[in-house]
Amino acid sequence: MRRRNTSIVAAACLIVFLAASVFVLHHSDKIRPQSTLQEVLYISSPQVLKRASLGYSGLLADIYWTRAVQYFGVHQLHRSKNFGLLAPLLEITTQLDPHLVVAYEFGASFLAPTPPEGAGEPERAVELMQYGIQNNPGNWHLYYDLGFVYSMNLKDYKGAAEAFEKGSQLPDAHPWLRLMAAQMAEHGGDVDTARMMWTATYQNSTDDLIKKNAEAHLKSLRVDEDVKHLDELVSGFRSRTGRNPASIAELASAAGLRGLPADPEGKPYKITSDGRVEVRDPDDFPFATEGLPPGYTPAPKFR
Amino acid sequence: MNTRILHIASNTFREAVRDRVLYNLIAFALLLSGAAILVGQISIEIEKLVVINLGLTAVSLFGIVIAIFIGIGLVSKEIEKRTLYTILSRPVRRWEFIVGKFLGLAGTLVVNTFFMAIGVYGALFYVAHKFVRADSLILIALYFIVLQFLIICSLSLLFSSFSSPLLSAVFAFSLFVIGSFAEDLRGFARMAHGLTRWLATGAAYLVPNFSAFNIVSSIAHEQPVALQLVLHNTLYALFYAAMAISGAVLIFENRNLK
Repeated sequence: MRRRNTSIVAAACLIVFLAASVFVLHHSDKIRPQSTLQEVLYISSPQVLKRASLGYSGLLADIYWTRAVQYFGVHQLHRSKNFGLLAPLLEITTQLDPHLVVAYEFGASFLAPTPPEGAGEPERAVELMQYGIQNNPGNWHLYYDLGFVYSMNLKDYKGAAEAFEKGSQLPDAHPWLRLMAAQMAEHGGDVDTARMMWTATYQNSTDDLIKKNAEAHLKSLRVDEDVKHLDELVSGFRSRTGRNPASIAELASAAGLRGLPADPEGKPYKITSDGRVEVRDPDDFPFATEGLPPGYTPAPKFR
Repeated sequence: MNTRILHIASNTFREAVRDRVLYNLIAFALLLSGAAILVGQISIEIEKLVVINLGLTAVSLFGIVIAIFIGIGLVSKEIEKRTLYTILSRPVRRWEFIVGKFLGLAGTLVVNTFFMAIGVYGALFYVAHKFVRADSLILIALYFIVLQFLIICSLSLLFSSFSSPLLSAVFAFSLFVIGSFAEDLRGFARMAHGLTRWLATGAAYLVPNFSAFNIVSSIAHEQPVALQLVLHNTLYALFYAAMAISGAVLIFENRNLK
């Protein structure tokens, strides 16, 4: 009987003290600086890490890749302008496992865009892709991504054309690569070229995140074109009547458009009192540069 | 095979099971299922890679820990409990005792690996919803891991035949770490000159070379394995384990057990 009582008391103590330790830890977390681990790279040398992994470098690469994703996600969410650890994390990941293609593909798109959308380090993105190509020479996707960074982030259309051209020479390369090499050489900065690239990205990727991202870019490109076209119609209306159209319906009627002009989400555009054409919901088009309210800050976006 | 060796081997296996060695399978199952669910949520596009990398790394590390911690007590525990004298008083020769112990521990690890392999394939099916032809390559990685176990079992047994359990564990684990750096040791030897070169080369060939056995990362990327490598690794593991077992027999045969 006495032993049973002792057991009950011990079990109760175990639960109570466990709860107490969780409570204290939870409260001490509030007074400690946040994200301590996020900002520290205890071992920065990939070679040292590779040796310390005792041959299990594949698993360590997965861990570092997950850490890079988390680091990028947290910093992008907080609209940070400093992504200082991102490039080292990606370099460690890819040196631990040079065949981890996903780390090159996503890594470049984390590194290349300007903050807060990315780390604003397109040169390091190019280095990362070149290292990836060196270790995976038969993967045409890497040439495509390299060309993408050259074109979209560095505006180096010659470099982009070369990357697409080299990629197109691989046996199983997508036929679009050759087309893109030619397009890039002739019409580097065109909207049509950008549309072509995002369409290729959408069609070639099997990843939902990349597909959604490409789709958002394509929709935003259409918004940019629509708004430019509608702005021209508003200018014409103003020069004819001496005033701004009161609504999008009036503009459509005056310009002889069939139905109300709508954005890719199906919502009609609107005209402000000062005659500017705007989308109804700017958050639908995170990459649009036209048709946004003055001072609008977009939500965090990818690429 | 000699029935006395088989009896010793089966008793070693039963003893390991009685010591709840196979309980590690529970930890393994929890680790894999947790990773399979969690990684999909916190990372990008590496669910399958993590299951293969983590699964095979865990199979390897769990096995190595078991091989070392069971292996180091195989002889010394029998002496401590005085059961060795009962065994050796029967018509059992010392070398038969050593070989039986080795086979028993190797058998335990093979059974353990078999169940873990089922776990790896189960987790793989959970994340990928199907199997592809390249998944069969995992079997080769598992085979190489088992070959690694044979070497470590034999080394643990070798140290157990003349040293205390604690020192045997230190020796065996150190050799596992050094063996993982064997390629670097060879690289160092190539850079050295004169006597140092000879010594370093000798050391590089003497310690077990585990680098050729670790193909987890390349298997995860569905890279094929050369048949020649399978053959070479098999022969190397068998020769090395046989060498260590011979050493253990040599020491044990000459050991004064009074």
